[in-house]
Amino acid sequence: MNTWSRFNIVSVVLGFAFLYLPIVLLVVFSFNESKLVTVWAGFSTKWYVSLFNNRGLMDAAWVTIRVALLSATIATVLGTMAALALTRYTRFRGRLLFSGMVYAPLVMPEVITGLSLLLLFVAIGLDRGFVTVTLAHITFSMCFVTVVVQSRLLSFDRSIEEAAMDLGATPVRTFLEVTLPVIAPAVLSGWMLALTLSLDDLVIASFTSGPGATTLPMKIYSQVRLGVTPEINAACTILIGLVAIGVIIASIMTKRREVQRQRDEQAAIAGR
Amino acid sequence: MSKLGSAIFSRLVIIIPYAWLLFFFLVPFLIVFRISLSTTAIAQPPYEPVFALADGLSGIWAKIGEFSFDNFVWLTEDALYLNAYLSSVWIAGVSTLATLLIGYPIAYGMAQAPRSLRPTLLMLVILPFWTSFLIRVYAWIAILKPEGLLNQFLIGTGIIDSPLIILGTNWAIYIGIVYSYLPFMVLPLYSALEKMDNTLIEAAQDLGCPQITAFWKITFPLSLPGVVAGCMLVFIPAVGEFVIPDLLGGSQTLMIGKTLWNEFNANRDWPVSAAVATILLLILVVPIVFFQNAQAKAEEQGR
Repeated sequence: MNTWSRFNIVSVVLGFAFLYLPIVLLVVFSFNESKLVTVWAGFSTKWYVSLFNNRGLMDAAWVTIRVALLSATIATVLGTMAALALTRYTRFRGRLLFSGMVYAPLVMPEVITGLSLLLLFVAIGLDRGFVTVTLAHITFSMCFVTVVVQSRLLSFDRSIEEAAMDLGATPVRTFLEVTLPVIAPAVLSGWMLALTLSLDDLVIASFTSGPGATTLPMKIYSQVRLGVTPEINAACTILIGLVAIGVIIASIMTKRREVQRQRDEQAAIAGR
Repeated sequence: MSKLGSAIFSRLVIIIPYAWLLFFFLVPFLIVFRISLSTTAIAQPPYEPVFALADGLSGIWAKIGEFSFDNFVWLTEDALYLNAYLSSVWIAGVSTLATLLIGYPIAYGMAQAPRSLRPTLLMLVILPFWTSFLIRVYAWIAILKPEGLLNQFLIGTGIIDSPLIILGTNWAIYIGIVYSYLPFMVLPLYSALEKMDNTLIEAAQDLGCPQITAFWKITFPLSLPGVVAGCMLVFIPAVGEFVIPDLLGGSQTLMIGKTLWNEFNANRDWPVSAAVATILLLILVVPIVFFQNAQAKAEEQGR
């Protein structure tokens, strides 16, 4: 018996309306003719045109994309390693400290992470800029990758790894040919999470970035402080669009894999 | 050979991320603590270093005597900081409670939804999380402004006569935090509620237990791990939140994240901002340890 009562439906619908209405309004008003963000004056795409002519914003976007791609990739490698360490090796010296350092950044206020990383970079004499932002983003996003990959590794049937090892595969080969293909979707979603965290970050980037490495959120923030403009709405709409496309592609890919896997399983059973 | 390879592999897998986190996560905190004990200087960097590696062990020992707790004393003397800490904890607490009250029915409704619909609903909760945090906060400015969309709607439908002043007050911050952190609350609640065995409720109802009593006696206690995880995920980052109070709150809004930011960027007082961060960390240590224990327990169960 599973009744979806009226109360349940209403609360879910209201909840989703609350989650989505602000974003929908933001997108709608990016196509507004008027300079006022709150008064509708007809459809126009002129803010998108002026956006692409805004050099500062475009430069910042380019910096952001480079930082995000680089930091997400390194964070995924490190995060996957940390996930393996936490799930495969339950006993090693300092494991408690290790797991503490993995979970703490998930909830650590960004101002603290940002400030402490900045003070580290100053202490070791590293000039603030592209490199420091990237290092900072790797550090806080790798922990999110770890959590995502770890949950997949925990539900992983270890006997197939052991079988591969028993048949003489080296640990590296076992990892590359047995473990990695199975956890690949989790690694991919960890990478995407790290990418969006990096694209999104304002506070940590503001602390750790220097002249010449202004990221898009920093640029948007400094413009928002001066007032709400349709141009910012347009920039936000493009970002939302990119994320939506990415998520849709990822979910289609997962679905395809799922279907393929089911087909393989059925073929295997039929062939037996 | 394979044994040796295995040992090297496992060492590397542990040591590389371990070293990274030690250097980029733990060491920076020690530096923050060190600088919080130093004094402000007009220099680059703008503080008087407490000790340098070049001093050697005896030099460090000599300098420990020169530790200055002035920054911490100063923080307790200036009511601004105390008020900022208290109001941050208060605002985060109220917002967490509100997020729980709004998130619970959503998670419950999702967990009760037909099985085929659940993945889609889950996806819809996660999706806003993928859009920029800054964008989501920004979206509320246009809604909450005095001449904004909410007031236009309320005046247009005749519910109120004069615009509500929300932007620039604590109400705007509550709304901003609830909105931004709602998925963090709904997801752990949903995963706790979804696992629940519905037959328990049916059994209770068969035995004559009213629906509401059954909820409080069975459903809610069983969902407590989700409640705890959700509340921690909202409360801890909300205490140190900067973007929401800065964009939605007013000039008189006191939140410690904003104070720290101003102290650092506007006043360029690094030792004091390091001291502010140290105390903030001390306040958050208890909930963070609590969160980690819950996380470790969940990990243990998943094994």
